[in-house]
Amino acid sequence: MPTNVAVIRFPGTNCEFDVVEVVQQLGAQAQIVFHDEPSLGSADAVVIAGGFAHGDYLRPGAIARFSPVMEAVASFAKSGGPVVGICNGFQVLTEAHLLPGALQKNAGLKFRCGFTDLRVESSNSVLTSAVTPGDVLSIPINHFEGNYTCSAETLAELQGEDRILFRYVSNPNGSVDDIAGICNDGRNVVGLMPHPERACHELLGSSDGVALMQSLLNAAGLN
Amino acid sequence: MIFDVVVEVRLRAGIADPQGATIERALPALGFDGVAGVSVGKSIRFSLQAADETAAHAAVTDLCHRFLTNPVIEDSEISLHPAEVAAN
Repeated sequence: MPTNVAVIRFPGTNCEFDVVEVVQQLGAQAQIVFHDEPSLGSADAVVIAGGFAHGDYLRPGAIARFSPVMEAVASFAKSGGPVVGICNGFQVLTEAHLLPGALQKNAGLKFRCGFTDLRVESSNSVLTSAVTPGDVLSIPINHFEGNYTCSAETLAELQGEDRILFRYVSNPNGSVDDIAGICNDGRNVVGLMPHPERACHELLGSSDGVALMQSLLNAAGLN
Repeated sequence: MIFDVVVEVRLRAGIADPQGATIERALPALGFDGVAGVSVGKSIRFSLQAADETAAHAAVTDLCHRFLTNPVIEDSEISLHPAEVAAN
């Protein structure tokens, strides 16, 4: 059976085809799974793509987390399956309590859109196994609510357990401890604000995202 | 009974409020001096059917905790009172 990635789409998701494109480019299959599906089918990995699920009304991710598909995502995550939330997907994962903390409005109220340098802090996760701590990746961001916030206890936990996967070299949004991406304690659920799927070809300005997407596919059983 | 409910959602103490800070910074340019501590929240209004005020309060508290607020960054204040019945 070919490796199969379920790409979740809510009303308002807009990055799902970018993810599908990269997954196929790397030799795996991708299927888009709509928010009202109760099952993920035969998925080996899940990506919650970016966008503005349910218009970001109330709070980003607040409505999406109650979608039928999120129960399937939660049980897939609980069984150890690799799950990555990108941008709005990260917001959905925090609202669904699959990752700790919350994403607040950017400091300075600026919508941030452009390439940013990310420093890899840990290679111990489903999204970072093919990169090395200290690597600096050029990956675009595109968000208004990417200011990662959590309690002091949660921050100490993330730091102590090596669960901060990426830090911004130059903090664009006010995130605590320059955090750009984290994982859960099982290291199989990852959330990040930057968009690796938009940095997977030189024609797009950077191919630094390939190693991250390749890590995910390796975790899903490709190769 | 039907209750009119207002939930005021505000950022928890210690959570940065970029909207409040931006408004506060703009005020002197408009000639408003002496304004401090600006914070921005949301107010959510709805009506609710419940057996009595205690049940209504419990239902709204649960709704706030699970949906209307994100307890990591937000607090809420609930006010509710029996809806006025329109005279026929």
